[in-house]
Amino acid sequence: MPDSVMQNSFHLDAVPIRLERCGKTFAGGARALEPLDLTIRGGETIVFLGPSGCGKTTTLRIIAGLESPDPGGRVLFGEEDVTALPIERRNVGMVFQSYALFPNMTVAENVAYGLKVRKIARADRGRRVEEMLDLMHLGEFAGRRIDQLSGGQRQRVALARALVVRPRVLLLDEPLTALDAKLRDSLRLEIDRLLRGLGITAVYVTHDQGEAMALGDRIVVMAKGRVAQVGTPREIYYQPADGFVADFIGTMNRLGGMARGGTLSIGSATLPWSGPEGAVELLVRPEDLALAGEADGHLGGTVAAAVFLGDRTRLVVEPADGPALTVDAAGRSELGRGDRVWLRVDPARVLAVP
Amino acid sequence: MRDLSHRRGWGFWLQLGFTLLVCALLTVPMAMSMLAGLTANYFVGLKSGLTLRWVDEVLRVYSGTILLSLQIAFACLACTLVLGVPAAYALARRPGRIARLVEELLMMPVAIPGLATALALIVTYGGVGDLRGSWLFILIGHVLFTLPFMVRAVLAVMGSIDLTTLEEGAASLGAGFLRRFATVVLPNCRSGILAGSLMVLTLSVGEFNLTWLLHTPLTKTLPVGLADSYASLRIEIGSAYTLVFFLMIVPSLILMQGLSRRGRPSV
Repeated sequence: MPDSVMQNSFHLDAVPIRLERCGKTFAGGARALEPLDLTIRGGETIVFLGPSGCGKTTTLRIIAGLESPDPGGRVLFGEEDVTALPIERRNVGMVFQSYALFPNMTVAENVAYGLKVRKIARADRGRRVEEMLDLMHLGEFAGRRIDQLSGGQRQRVALARALVVRPRVLLLDEPLTALDAKLRDSLRLEIDRLLRGLGITAVYVTHDQGEAMALGDRIVVMAKGRVAQVGTPREIYYQPADGFVADFIGTMNRLGGMARGGTLSIGSATLPWSGPEGAVELLVRPEDLALAGEADGHLGGTVAAAVFLGDRTRLVVEPADGPALTVDAAGRSELGRGDRVWLRVDPARVLAVP
Repeated sequence: MRDLSHRRGWGFWLQLGFTLLVCALLTVPMAMSMLAGLTANYFVGLKSGLTLRWVDEVLRVYSGTILLSLQIAFACLACTLVLGVPAAYALARRPGRIARLVEELLMMPVAIPGLATALALIVTYGGVGDLRGSWLFILIGHVLFTLPFMVRAVLAVMGSIDLTTLEEGAASLGAGFLRRFATVVLPNCRSGILAGSLMVLTLSVGEFNLTWLLHTPLTKTLPVGLADSYASLRIEIGSAYTLVFFLMIVPSLILMQGLSRRGRPSV
């Protein structure tokens, strides 16, 4: 039911965002963001992902209008250059990690705030607030004070407050970070459902790769003020641009190999190979390493640790030489510390870094 | 109930006794003084009977000082609100060494003896127009003395809430600076503003050090009149004066406490 309501009566414009040479140097000379060019398509959910201090929040704040880019940088919403406009004149919706709800107002008053600022007539305002509270399953809390709500409810109020004014773009700054794990999952699903239903252009900042993969149409991985890679979650996961991205997203194994004349030698095995020649570093996901018998295995090693995760057992295998490898085995696997195992590598699923 | 009283050992009674003793130490002199204001003849003692004669005389002779004290206190409150709240806001929003330095400088009038401040004011502004003879001169001294208390009280509350994010939230919804200040900043600093106001009112009404030097025979405030009457009149009059002072300040204290309690979010 809520989905159909959203698609019929509450659908927002999909405005593209363009960042042109947007850099940020703070007073004192610290470079928070190297000049960045990026186009966010209308209706797309883009996630800025990276460790703290990577420039992702600065980028979001430049889009929001809470920071201005260094001279020469431009921010465009559609065809309109909004670089000089402060946040209050950009018509954006923003959701903060710390909610930023007004403690001096009730839930309904919080949601009505933006409409009041826009001088929407009282009757219309009341109707829109009610509609939005229902959409966010907050109807029964309309008269509550903010300090009477749980963290999850607060963040839903923050979303309602940001969306009720029908913003051009929705900006979310680590909205789930302050919540506990279970709540995070359910609210993430709710946000995902909302963003798909609304069709709004959304920019989402997080340091949590799980959130990024689940929500993003595209992910912008950032490190030290630079964009490390822009791509769909699959591209980021399976074709990481460099070692940093590979390590930051999921678990990645590193293997030393030697490629020569169309073959690749790993350990004692030789495989057909079409990648770069010479000594290469190979990146392999745990799920792309398979347990095998001694006859068809490529690499031998000893189990150093086995962690039962229910659906699978995660093994840490120490080969004769080189760093330890992480491998996923079946959940019912009986393998344990000290067992001797053989691993198979699928060369088609291996990424080579020269 | 019985279980609880069983557990009360000698430590409890010792603490209770000590607390009551300290309370008595503070309240007995006040009570004695106020009682003296109601006694027909203090030297004879209570057996001379109780009377409102002295209170009546104080109200008749000193009503001018009482009104002036109230006038100065509320004018002082208005000035400290207008100056202090924006000052606290500016200090709260600007974290840095200069802001901290200004904060410390603001406390200077508290650290310097009132007499010295008053003397400095007289030396500097005493010759400006009619200022020396005007109640505004006392007001200036009071504002100087009470402003730090207002700034500190408001700043303390501003520091305890995430003002920057609240304002960013309001701005993201389209609110310009003045609207943000009026609808988000001020209401959320209410408890600090009320506490500061309470402080300013009581400090101003009771201020003696500065006022004693700044006043003229025509601009006497209540505490100055009190000192005069103690020095030159019967002790009953001075005591009745204390009683009047007390009756005047207590309702406003209770009122403001009530206001600040109502301002707190109900849980």
